[in-house]
Amino acid sequence: MADTLTVRAAWALRSWWLMAGMWTRSTMAYRASFVLMLAASTTVTALDFVVLLLMFQHTEQLGGWSLGELGFLYGTSSFALGMANMLVGSVDALGERIRTGTLDTMLIRPAPALAQVCAERFSLRRVGRPVQAAAILAWSLTRVDVYWTADRVLLLAVLLVSGSVIFGAIFIGFATVQFWWGEAGEFQNSFTYGGATMLQYPPTVFAKELVAGTVFGLPIAFVNWLPALHILGKPDPLGLPVAFRFASPLAALLCVLAAGLAWRAGLRAYRGTGN
Amino acid sequence: MQLAQRLRPPERKAGTGSVRLYLAVAAGSFRRYSTYRAATLAGAFTNTVFGCILAYTFLALWQARPGVGGYDSNQAVTYIWVSQALLITVAVWGGGFQDDVQERFRNGDIAVDLYRPVDFMGWWLAADLGRAAFHLIGRGVAPTLVGVLAFGIRLPGHPYTWAAFLVSVLLAVLVSFGLRFLVSLTGFWLHDSEGVRSVMVVVALFFSGALLPLTLFPGGLGELARLLPWSALIQVPTDVFLERRSGTALLGALGFQAAWAVLLLAAGRLVQLLATRKVVVHGG
Repeated sequence: MADTLTVRAAWALRSWWLMAGMWTRSTMAYRASFVLMLAASTTVTALDFVVLLLMFQHTEQLGGWSLGELGFLYGTSSFALGMANMLVGSVDALGERIRTGTLDTMLIRPAPALAQVCAERFSLRRVGRPVQAAAILAWSLTRVDVYWTADRVLLLAVLLVSGSVIFGAIFIGFATVQFWWGEAGEFQNSFTYGGATMLQYPPTVFAKELVAGTVFGLPIAFVNWLPALHILGKPDPLGLPVAFRFASPLAALLCVLAAGLAWRAGLRAYRGTGN
Repeated sequence: MQLAQRLRPPERKAGTGSVRLYLAVAAGSFRRYSTYRAATLAGAFTNTVFGCILAYTFLALWQARPGVGGYDSNQAVTYIWVSQALLITVAVWGGGFQDDVQERFRNGDIAVDLYRPVDFMGWWLAADLGRAAFHLIGRGVAPTLVGVLAFGIRLPGHPYTWAAFLVSVLLAVLVSFGLRFLVSLTGFWLHDSEGVRSVMVVVALFFSGALLPLTLFPGGLGELARLLPWSALIQVPTDVFLERRSGTALLGALGFQAAWAVLLLAAGRLVQLLATRKVVVHGG
């Protein structure tokens, strides 16, 4: 059982890799466009941070957090979203694949459908967001006043991985809505891009009910807010038990399970049109 | 056999017939976008979520620095909600006819478009106005309502402000079309205008005031931003909505938009002329 699971996961990853490689070669046909789009994608994703910089032209703090601390939130949130978007973000075009019938083609190929949908139209230019986010995160680390203990360093690494997994699961989970509601591709932007935008600001800025919703509802608070409380030593506006600050991997696991179930349910409900 | 052929734009026929034609194109485009109800609903939901998130961040900033940029906190929150309501109508992110034209570059149908007895630019302008009219209702009303109910945003008091706002939005769409049309025409030289287009999105998002009112930009950058055409997309109509301009200042704001619209549409016309002279269709 465990063996077959490993074999299947490896096969899914290999399928993803092969398809992503194919799409990368194909986009390189328009090299000028690729360079421009990579530059644009890097800049457009950094605009949110420029807005923060402009805001801090007028104030020293936002919700009790400094610019360096917001840079930390921005870097971690944007990195997690960027990694997820690059690796599985193409899944958001699921409705279009259903409409044009290309999903049927994927289903009869000897490779996992989910891996194919995630790698379809893979675009390497999406690497722009995680790269600039990592740069800003590195800059923010020079600005925040943190006593770097081993647990804080470890927690930072854990949050970057768990955060990417959580956003990846959100991409896939909400994309499956399109099995039933094919045009609703933009719906998930509220949770992926909207969620990431929210996480770029301190939780103290938002209404408590909203913050509670990101812990107990859609658990994006585990991407960076909760671990950041421990790393930066900030007070918790909700006063949750300290264990929540270390629970990101658990939240990521739950998200993956939920997304996996949603995907299976969606695929089972799907009926091709016979094209 | 490879056949290289030069195309010329068709002669333009003026008259009531063409007005009716463009009205039909605009109405058809309105209907086309209104077909995708679920997509519209999902999109309006997304604008509303972003409105909520950004409204909280604006409240935090205006709490830290009351009156910054010349807005009080209620005006600032109104600003961000109106900006979300207008975002798709004035196509800050690009799109609309751009997607259609790009697809036609890719599959070669663009050559057929130039053969048609309808002006290329006029056709797409009419289609884009139809789209914008639908998006103003489909993507604008819901965020504005939620803004009123959840954040108590400020609606214009005078009825004539609403009229001025609608004029301002129309001019914003014309400016936006002028900009996007120029971007799409680069496809005649580059074959693929996607790269230029994504660069333009960055510029448009930043300089339109969609992210932050341009009055918060520091010194020279702020002054420059207020003179560039992108400020006609969000900053100007939103200020009209907030009744920050009245009398001659209001006319000045609308005149600023109109001037950019005329300039950009004229530039589009010129570039289209150059582009159609240049097109070589590989047929056979």
